[in-house]
Amino acid sequence: MRHLLKLSLAFMALSTAVQAQNLIPDSRSGGKLLLTGGVSTVEGSGGGGIATWATITGYGEEDGIGANAHATFVDLPDYEFRTAGVAVGLWDRVELSIARQEFDTGNTGALLGLGQGFTFTQDVFGAKVRLTGDAVYDQDRWMPQIAVGVQHKVNDQGVIIAAVGGRDHEGTEVYVAATKLFLAQSLLVNGTVRWTNANQTGLLGFGGDANDEHEAQFEGSVGWLVSRNLVIGAEYRTKPDNLSFAEEEDWFDLYAAWAVNKHFSITAAWAALGSIATFEDQRGLYISLQAGF
Amino acid sequence: MIRMLSLTAMLAVATPVVAQDPAHMPGEEAVDPYSVADANAGAQPFAGTEMFDAFHGQAGIDRIVDRMLDRSAADPRTAGIFVATDMIRLRRTLKEQFCYVLGGPCAYTGRSMKDAHDDIGLQPADMGALVEHLQTAMEEEGVPFHTQNRFLAKLAPMRRDIVTR
Repeated sequence: MRHLLKLSLAFMALSTAVQAQNLIPDSRSGGKLLLTGGVSTVEGSGGGGIATWATITGYGEEDGIGANAHATFVDLPDYEFRTAGVAVGLWDRVELSIARQEFDTGNTGALLGLGQGFTFTQDVFGAKVRLTGDAVYDQDRWMPQIAVGVQHKVNDQGVIIAAVGGRDHEGTEVYVAATKLFLAQSLLVNGTVRWTNANQTGLLGFGGDANDEHEAQFEGSVGWLVSRNLVIGAEYRTKPDNLSFAEEEDWFDLYAAWAVNKHFSITAAWAALGSIATFEDQRGLYISLQAGF
Repeated sequence: MIRMLSLTAMLAVATPVVAQDPAHMPGEEAVDPYSVADANAGAQPFAGTEMFDAFHGQAGIDRIVDRMLDRSAADPRTAGIFVATDMIRLRRTLKEQFCYVLGGPCAYTGRSMKDAHDDIGLQPADMGALVEHLQTAMEEEGVPFHTQNRFLAKLAPMRRDIVTR
């Protein structure tokens, strides 16, 4: 119910954005081609599902703005992972995003001694700037679209994070993303390097007893355009392993993103999130809905 | 005789075509003189006739261009672009360009993308809308999606000359 409320708040924010758009001079919406703005990652940024791309979210071109709201649900054997957020893309140059993530330990919470239904809640504030390149139109060049971004994350469970060896309940990450559509091959390729010390992307805090330093981690996506409104692909994301109490593993997913139109898309994936807080093989269904323009 | 022909050819290369392009059709408005060259098409053609055939030859290209332009002129997002456009000339040169780029037996006699779009003031969102209409037209012609993308990859870089605002 709470999530429903959050989602409806997100959509209210979205409709406000639609109205605001009319007040901004030289702004048109919907200039990009279907799906080329990407979908919403679990961290709220524009990209795939677990990998952030260099694309600026939404359908606004250089003469327009775009915005969207998303809700994502990942059903894992021992946990439930939910995110919801809103993002705006300004003139295909700047992207601002905010997302709330909930990592619900459900029955596992009791087994971990945290209590039934114990939930880590993390807010992710993101900003991204496209530096150069056009992932879609620069088909005569190798140069990808390149963007840099920052994500500031605040987790509400500082005490528990400290108890398991985490160093901080908040952290900041920066990343460089490169995205290229090889249109003649109908193939989208993305690679991103993120400097991070986050444990399970911050859901278990930042830094740890085994390592506290930021280090470069990789996230990549490939996508094959099946039709104008369907892309299928895979993603991979490496992560640090900072906490000695529990091994942290890389993330992987196989996805299909379907754009009903420029206002609504559905992404379904099979996500393999490895071992999380000693519970292994966290694999399950990932469903994400995005609405926007 | 041969020598004279080659001399004429050299002259033709050396001096821009002064009057209209040779394929100028009745009903077209005059444009400022320009040099006619396939290079004006703005893309290297595909080798072989595989792509030309996949677009159902000249007849298929003609249908695609006509449908694309009909849709674009009817779309409120892009209709304004075509108000002051010589549609007879645009249809002809676009068909030539598509035929040439797709590896068909055509020469392109239109202006360069830069010269043809200089004064139109197209915005990035216009480009997107035009591509969408082209996609729909290709779809209606039954050109397979991945073949469409191979063609679009040739056209995409022209955005730099087409979009001027």
